[in-house]
Amino acid sequence: MEIETHKTDVIIIGAGPVGLFAVFELGLLDMKAHLIDILDRPGGQCAELYPEKPIYDIPAFPVITGQELTDNLMAQIEPFSPTFHFNQMAEELIKLENGNWQIKTDIGTIIEAPVVVIAAGGGSFMPKKPNIPNLEEYEGTSVFYAVRQMEQFKGKNILVAGGGDSALDWTLNLEPLAESMALIHRRDDFRAAPDSVSKMRKLVEEDKMKLYIADVKGLNGSNGQLESVTVQPKGGEPYEVECDTLLAFYGLTMKLGPIANFGLNLHENLIPVDTEKFETSTKGIFSIGDINTYPGKLKLILSGFHESALMAQEAFRIVFPDKKLRFQYTTSSTNLQEKLGVNDKAA
Amino acid sequence: MKIYVTDPDGKEHELEGLDGWRVMEIIKDYGLPLKAECGGACCCATCHVYVHEDWVDKLYEMRDDEEDMLDEAIDVQDNSRLSCQILMSEALDGLKVTIAPGTEI
Repeated sequence: MEIETHKTDVIIIGAGPVGLFAVFELGLLDMKAHLIDILDRPGGQCAELYPEKPIYDIPAFPVITGQELTDNLMAQIEPFSPTFHFNQMAEELIKLENGNWQIKTDIGTIIEAPVVVIAAGGGSFMPKKPNIPNLEEYEGTSVFYAVRQMEQFKGKNILVAGGGDSALDWTLNLEPLAESMALIHRRDDFRAAPDSVSKMRKLVEEDKMKLYIADVKGLNGSNGQLESVTVQPKGGEPYEVECDTLLAFYGLTMKLGPIANFGLNLHENLIPVDTEKFETSTKGIFSIGDINTYPGKLKLILSGFHESALMAQEAFRIVFPDKKLRFQYTTSSTNLQEKLGVNDKAA
Repeated sequence: MKIYVTDPDGKEHELEGLDGWRVMEIIKDYGLPLKAECGGACCCATCHVYVHEDWVDKLYEMRDDEEDMLDEAIDVQDNSRLSCQILMSEALDGLKVTIAPGTEI
């Protein structure tokens, strides 16, 4: 794979609400941003965990859903055309000889900038894992939490675990490729889209796949090669299901991940910052939103918005050491209005 | 009003119950480790607890969204609940719960 390399003013790790608003504050001060996020779309927790749930404490919005907030932020930062790097995780942070920082992602994207802003919230969304003692032994060889290439599962005897859309979608998509297909779920009721559920039930009726109502309790095999899975039905005796591949879809949860290895000070998996610039113990590395900590910190989206504005002031001094920083209001400054594309003269 | 919460190490804690608060909020406010990453929106299953058998029938019945969300919890049992969906009241004075696996911070 060809390695992509990018140069920019600021790298933002995390495209949640706070990372997105940071693009706005940086943009007003002429700084361009690249954002990295493990999800496939902007919004972070707001988009992944509660897109439909109302939020009541965003200033000037008596009520707004996670998705609406994300959509509004995307519209607000549009004039600054940020670059997004989705479906990847910032994995490595290196200080370059020219004084800049370089971030490398898990799929090989390389971005260089004088300023890095960590807006990673509760960390990266990673798959939840079942509580099985010898799970690690099979991960990557027989047990998977995502499907990157369908071809990999051709001719396999697959057991899919879970009851949501990922579980049902992959059951349906892989069934024609697989040697055998089975789905296991803890109850005979599925929260996945009703259409997928009826398609799955039809395949079961036609004897093209099996459905087990039980929990996965144990993995059996050797050298990472799965031979069967021990399952426990509710109130019944455990039994074994033969399979060579287990695809587990139990949703996502947030883990700090590789940020722990960036060489920054950490306090209980949070990044301590000062409250003037929201800079970490390392010059040029900032942290805003839920992932930072300081005396009096409140994990609120509005706190992250405030933090991004102050961060941008100091980021400006690093990115443009020779320029003078002038504080202006968007209501009156023709200069800012031109940047936002709302000034008649600029149009 | 009290709640008794057994932590992942098996130690029981006596917490002051707060009327109208979610049990998840009371556990976090007391400082016990509970991820509860969605903040009480019934969207993540990381505030999963096991309710002591004496109390299972005294709780409000689960709504569909809580039952759905339990699909993403680890080691679900008949007495599994999401603690963000249990509202504390005088009627639950003495409630006993155990923090379930998969809720680690």
